[in-house]
Amino acid sequence: MAFHLHGIHTPHRKNTAKAPTVRMSAPKIVTIPMAMHIGAPAIPTVKVGDTVKIGQKIGEAAGKVSSPVFASISGKVTKLTDYVLTSGAQTAAVVIESDGEMAICESLCAHEVSDRTSLIEALRESGIVGLGGAGFPTHVKLDVDPARIDYLVINGAECEPYITSDTVTMLTRGEDIAYALRALARALGIKRVVFGIENNKKEAIEAMKKMAASIGECEVTVKALPALYPQGGEKVLVYHTTGRKIGMGKLPIDVGCVVLNCTTLAAIGTYLSSGMPLTEKCVTVEGGAVKQPQNVIVPIGTSLADLFDFCGGLTEEPDKIIYGGPMMGITVQSPDCAVLKNTNAVLALTKKEAKLPKTTACIRCGSCVNTCPFGLAPIAIAEAHDKGDTEALKALSVDMCMECGCCSFVCPANRPLVQINKLSKQLLREERMKEEKKA
Amino acid sequence: MSSLTKISVSPHIHSGRSTAGIMRDVLISLVPAAVAGTVIFGWTALLPIAVCIIACVGFEALFNLIVKKEQTVSDLSAAVTGLLLALNLPANIPLWQCVVGSLFAIVVVKCLFGGIGGNLVNPAITARVFMLVAFGEMAVSAFPVDAVAGATPLSAAKLPSLLDLFLGNYGGAIGETCTLALLLGFIYLLVRRVITWHIPTVFIGTVFLFTFFYVGFDAVEALSLTMAGGVFLGAIFMATDYVTSPSTAWGKVIFALGAGLLTCLIRYFGVYPEGVSFAILFMNILTPYINQWTRHKVFAGGVKA
Ligand code: SF4
Ligand code: SF4
Repeated sequence: MAFHLHGIHTPHRKNTAKAPTVRMSAPKIVTIPMAMHIGAPAIPTVKVGDTVKIGQKIGEAAGKVSSPVFASISGKVTKLTDYVLTSGAQTAAVVIESDGEMAICESLCAHEVSDRTSLIEALRESGIVGLGGAGFPTHVKLDVDPARIDYLVINGAECEPYITSDTVTMLTRGEDIAYALRALARALGIKRVVFGIENNKKEAIEAMKKMAASIGECEVTVKALPALYPQGGEKVLVYHTTGRKIGMGKLPIDVGCVVLNCTTLAAIGTYLSSGMPLTEKCVTVEGGAVKQPQNVIVPIGTSLADLFDFCGGLTEEPDKIIYGGPMMGITVQSPDCAVLKNTNAVLALTKKEAKLPKTTACIRCGSCVNTCPFGLAPIAIAEAHDKGDTEALKALSVDMCMECGCCSFVCPANRPLVQINKLSKQLLREERMKEEKKA
Repeated sequence: MSSLTKISVSPHIHSGRSTAGIMRDVLISLVPAAVAGTVIFGWTALLPIAVCIIACVGFEALFNLIVKKEQTVSDLSAAVTGLLLALNLPANIPLWQCVVGSLFAIVVVKCLFGGIGGNLVNPAITARVFMLVAFGEMAVSAFPVDAVAGATPLSAAKLPSLLDLFLGNYGGAIGETCTLALLLGFIYLLVRRVITWHIPTVFIGTVFLFTFFYVGFDAVEALSLTMAGGVFLGAIFMATDYVTSPSTAWGKVIFALGAGLLTCLIRYFGVYPEGVSFAILFMNILTPYINQWTRHKVFAGGVKA
């Protein structure tokens, strides 16, 4: 294998890794949005007054790239409402008031899968999407010619500070993970599986090695990777686990790899073995403003306010509330927002934690250039963006940027480098669209 | 609890390094050289130091005030320029010349080009060269060793002993003579990760090797000539200025190699006695091109993939 890519040593702050994971008691009410994935929002299939049980479908997938949505508590549908996503877009949401029973839908049953078709058929009804953050429907991702798959890469890197929910999943749901691996190996003929886990998670590595030894259907290896952010970035992970380089605008499958997050894998195992679709998430609740930071198993649709209350409440007014980690996570506009399918962490950061230095002019220190895992030159991209020079932006391969935030993290002038890269990519997208229109 | 919370773009945490923090580290790293200069040349050496720092900070504040720009003196870069400029001047320099030099460094070289990060050449170096040209005699007398090296055939007999050169016990600019103090500053900057080893090491190494061949393979003499004059001060503190030196490791190596070679060429074959400043100034101008030549390879080939 060639060199290790650049990265940064972020603070780990993985204080919740050792704390016991607790299951949240049924919230009084959940608000379940229909758009928790990439693709078309689901369409509600229930109406006000319906009673629902856990695992019962309440939203039907709308088209191929979409995902159904399921009730996460039992009770009565009290409202169909509008929900504002962090992107600012609106979507429909189903509000369920709990009957306190947490009764499970009786019709759920295991799914036997033997080949690609039966696997994809089954997963289409699972509601499972990429749980590492992206939320891309898993049945679409796996619907590829099995002959093209050399490696199934499992992302257990969990490189973002604070978050430990993937680690907890690997420690506690080994059986689900093993079940899923066997099924995927059978259905897709996968021969090689590689786990990429950062080496600061010794127990998870041990647990997965033990699990791997029990699997006869395919060769499962566990790779301990340096704890260097962004180890869990898809292209970074594939390179460090398989040595294959995914070029600009390419997907893992273009180099013979399929990447799944370890929690997604566990969800597949649960669904295939029991029929229980995705209705709950293990979420790391952390940050200086949280009284009892811990991992909580939460019904999807629970409000963040209820989640914080469950964790002893907030000790001070948080400066920011974030879905996901502090490097790539998205700020939440209100504590009324819900836990979504792809929520792996909710952070309430204090002013002190989220402190950024004063923004000054770029002092050309070169830190951004020397830190970017992909060898990009954010400082040059920023200059090209200022001039609106799209040719230069293309030549600088700005589309390669994975928005990992390393450059902004190290910039002593606190320049908004990631933001500029996003805007630059947007600029190129718009230009491409214009050209397509002309053609 | 349904208040709206703050929306912002990722990342939400930061390494904690700041422009002012880096400049503070540079100031700290120059303290040994300033102290050594004061010990060697007497307390009057403190006067140009104080005047240059106050003048640089004052001119920057004044400029920002006049053109109604946000005040930038708290980033400490003007103070760094002032201190560096002073360390490049003789202790007995008339103070009015310090003020003029500071004005040139801050206003002409830095502020008129957009302030911190905008300047094309290093303000302190450029001001030093400007003063050399403008006030000729006074400045030249500050660089006796380089003057000797340039004007007459080299001979070790005319140079101070190695120990004196190392401790700075000879004539020159306030901050350039004490190699020991400069090395302490270098170590501090390395430990604090303000700079990398590339530029100082390659710069000084190039000067040493070139001189070694030039004087006929006499290591002691080559070492003496390398320690004499402004090579260490220039290589460690002036050539490493972020704004005017390349970003990548290879860029830094090329930059330092060029600066070292030019220093020797000017010293041994040129008309000007002082090679270091001119060499760095020239490489400053090449920096944007070096940056372009030495850009990192993009993962998986980037655009060409
Ligand atoms: S890290 Fe920031 S200050 Fe340094 S070169 Fe990059 S943009 Fe400029
Ligand atoms: S340029 Fe993009 S890929 Fe490189 S460090 Fe910055 S955010 Fe990450």
